Amino acid sequence: MSETAVPNHPVEESPFRRFVAEFAASKVALFGLAVFVLIALLAIFANWIGPQNPYDLAQLDIMDGRLPPGSKSVAGYTYLLGTDDQGRDMFSGMLYGLRISLAVGVGSAIFAACVGTTLGLLAAFFGRRIDTIVMRVVDLQLSFPSILVALMILAVLGKSVTNVVLALVIVEWAGYARNVRAIAMVERKREYIEAAACLALPWRRIVFRHLLPNCLPPLIVIATQQVARAIALEATLSFLGLGVPITEPSLGLLIANGYQYMLSGKYWISFYPGLALLVTIVSINLVGDHLRDVLNPRLKR
Amino acid sequence: MFTWLLRRLFQACFVVLAMTIIVFIGVHVIGNPVDILISPEADQAERAKIIAEMGLDRPLWQQYAYFLGGALHGDLGRSFVFNEPALKLIGGRMPATLELAVTAVLMSMCFGIPLGLYAGLKPNGILGRVIMSGSILGFSLPSFWVGLMLIMTFAVQLGWLPSTGRGETAEILGVRWSFLTWDGLRHMAMPALNLSLYNISLVLRLTRAGVRETLPMDYIKFARAKGLSPARVIFVHVLKNIMIPVVTVLGLELGTTIAFAVVTESVFAWPGMGKLIIDSINVLDRPVIVAYLMMIVLIFITINLVVDILYTVLDPRVRLETKA
Amino acid sequence: MTATLEVRNLRTHFFTRAGVVKAVDDVSFSVERGQVLGLVGESGSGKSVTGFSIIGLIDPPGRLAGGSILYQGRDLAKLDERDMRHLRGNRIAMIFQDPMMTLNPVLRIDTQMIEAVQAHIKTSKAEARTRARDALGMVGIPSPEERLNSYPHQFSGGMRQRVAIAIALLHNPDLLIADEPTTALDVTIQAQILAEVQKLATDHGTALLWITHDLSVIAGLADRIAVMYAGRVVETGEAADVLDRPAHPYTHGLIGSVPSRNKRGDRLAQIPGMTPSLLSLPAGCAFRGRCAHASTACEQEPPVAEPTAGHAVRCFHPIQGAPA
Repeated sequence: MSETAVPNHPVEESPFRRFVAEFAASKVALFGLAVFVLIALLAIFANWIGPQNPYDLAQLDIMDGRLPPGSKSVAGYTYLLGTDDQGRDMFSGMLYGLRISLAVGVGSAIFAACVGTTLGLLAAFFGRRIDTIVMRVVDLQLSFPSILVALMILAVLGKSVTNVVLALVIVEWAGYARNVRAIAMVERKREYIEAAACLALPWRRIVFRHLLPNCLPPLIVIATQQVARAIALEATLSFLGLGVPITEPSLGLLIANGYQYMLSGKYWISFYPGLALLVTIVSINLVGDHLRDVLNPRLKR
Repeated sequence: MFTWLLRRLFQACFVVLAMTIIVFIGVHVIGNPVDILISPEADQAERAKIIAEMGLDRPLWQQYAYFLGGALHGDLGRSFVFNEPALKLIGGRMPATLELAVTAVLMSMCFGIPLGLYAGLKPNGILGRVIMSGSILGFSLPSFWVGLMLIMTFAVQLGWLPSTGRGETAEILGVRWSFLTWDGLRHMAMPALNLSLYNISLVLRLTRAGVRETLPMDYIKFARAKGLSPARVIFVHVLKNIMIPVVTVLGLELGTTIAFAVVTESVFAWPGMGKLIIDSINVLDRPVIVAYLMMIVLIFITINLVVDILYTVLDPRVRLETKA
Repeated sequence: MTATLEVRNLRTHFFTRAGVVKAVDDVSFSVERGQVLGLVGESGSGKSVTGFSIIGLIDPPGRLAGGSILYQGRDLAKLDERDMRHLRGNRIAMIFQDPMMTLNPVLRIDTQMIEAVQAHIKTSKAEARTRARDALGMVGIPSPEERLNSYPHQFSGGMRQRVAIAIALLHNPDLLIADEPTTALDVTIQAQILAEVQKLATDHGTALLWITHDLSVIAGLADRIAVMYAGRVVETGEAADVLDRPAHPYTHGLIGSVPSRNKRGDRLAQIPGMTPSLLSLPAGCAFRGRCAHASTACEQEPPVAEPTAGHAVRCFHPIQGAPA
């Protein structure tokens, strides 16, 4: 009896719980998420996990420079992934590099999301001139490749972590703005917005309490993809010598540092940071791809 | 058609003008080139003389007017570093970049279309899935790292291909090209493949999506009902429909490819414009930066215009609409 | 004399993830030389799938699951793809429902016609073009020579269907399958096309399988009629017998719901309910859920009754007498 009653009265499922269930349906995406969480933890706890503080010169021994993976240091310690030209433990260097890469990538994505979403919402809500101006700028910017825009900005502002983040924000905001505007334009025509307007709610409230929540699911998807793109772009810029300064090396800069030694067969200085970069980007993309399938209402059913 | 073309040209000119302002103002906020280019030991008089020579003491708008007037005559200033006209410098490096980018785009068609066709025809096969997963990698791998791995594998470990440079070149119409010599081609193989990787994924996905979209169409079934061979159905009826979007997108991608050549050229020490701009940014060689950016803008706008025109020529449906 | 086409116990099933869809389930009929068979049924009754099964264009997940398709005594179901291709468009041709979709939008009419000629006859391009032009003239397209150079979008729907018919008749086929070729057209054009196809069929002795959901179209055209419901033929017979003395309640209902047969002011008769899902067909007669005459007996497989010679009906309770 109780068995037949269940399908007739399904348990009220929260949207969040359903989302989690749907997300967990893909093993590949779960794997990607697990890898990403692991990477994030490694980056956050780099100080404790890393056997060495790679930027404390007192801990470095130039005699240990360019040792292949598995070598013993003068002090008897084993370098798992070898050392770079300064005698830094690559594994520790990578953990610290990962931290900077992730911070820059995630940070810029969050800032860009805020700027882009706000402008996109305002463009959609107010329309007319604000819409025209914002969208013209977006069009202009999106018609040029990201690398070129970032290159320009860094050429203007000089190298620093802040400037890299700023450049990435300027490169990325347009993507958010365009997408959010498109979604908000659809939502704006819905009855509930009209109802809110009839109640004479202040526009800030309508935009941020009513419009924004409805734009969130696609926004999350875009943000995930943008984090991966930001990390890749930052690495590229740093590799070109236009990104983070040598005092705060990200994965990209580590790779660049090892470049000159690669031709003489000392592959590990570039290879392992590259592998870390690759795993990070791919794991984020795996999560992002599946999020897109789960959160995109058009694909449902 | 004619008025449409005229309007497009006018729009293009307007964008170029807008970009000159943005680029000029942007670049002239960069640090202070005086500090970098003039040795600290130089005395005050020497500094003033050099500043006056370069026109750096005048107000910004005058510098811009001077710059714009010069630009119209094809004069974008002299490189601080090479003491050569910036445009000539860029022009000298451009063939290397263009041949690399064009080769990369052609390669992306040679690889992307067959792979995409296969993945579209056999979407559930193992190879089809492998191709699609591979294309995700093509999108997400940072190209500089792929370049490094290519060098490591084919140049360092296997020793099959040279790692850097352009190799031997041959001259046609007063320009030196690598693709005319065997050695040049060997040098070009890795950088071109590296640069085309993203485009291969793009073309592959476009082709696959196109195949999936076209195959269930009635006209494909009708073509089969006529008794045509599968080869004719796929290579004429399906492919012709797919080529329009693929060629359009690839045409538009040529500009992006030229821009991304910056990365590939740095990895493979390919002496093109991209390598030049990176070096110039590092030493704040403003005229070269400006000249490069103006050149890129011009290339972008030209490409967009040409693709638009090509598109109307390729697609009979669009052709009719513009005539009407 | 063997019939041009004899279909025996044809089964075409679609093996989908949700289950096996028996789109065509034990269908038998035959068409003689110069005869017209009207295959009537609602959308989803399996009539189009029957047509595609005959010409061998069923795509996965669908496939022939049994029965035979005898074309002049040869079983098409056992033919390999190569031999089938030689028949397709040559001896057996097909015209589709939506003329806007049957011609490839990016290929010129001459390309699409010449390839159809050359698929079956070794001939020069010029020769093939002449044949194509003559075929266009035959179906009543004015100035065919110039029209050959046009693209499909430059034609109206009726004209496109004429082109499709011209292509189908290029090789004077023995069997023409017409899958609702007039439903997408204006009424006046419908009549013209009907008359033309009928004339062409009788002139060349072509056997015609006319698939339609519209009884009024078939009434003046068909020699014999087969009514399909949920993948099965529920009634076959001479056109006059089926139309004037329908024996199956479904046919009865279909005829009752044709507007022209009713008096002004009378309510149109309609068949209650909807076509059942082919995924979960009830046991026994598939129509029993909508049938006013249904009894518990209908839960069993209905027997085939023959009210008169050559008039077969698959029902427990065949109706006797004239239509409502």
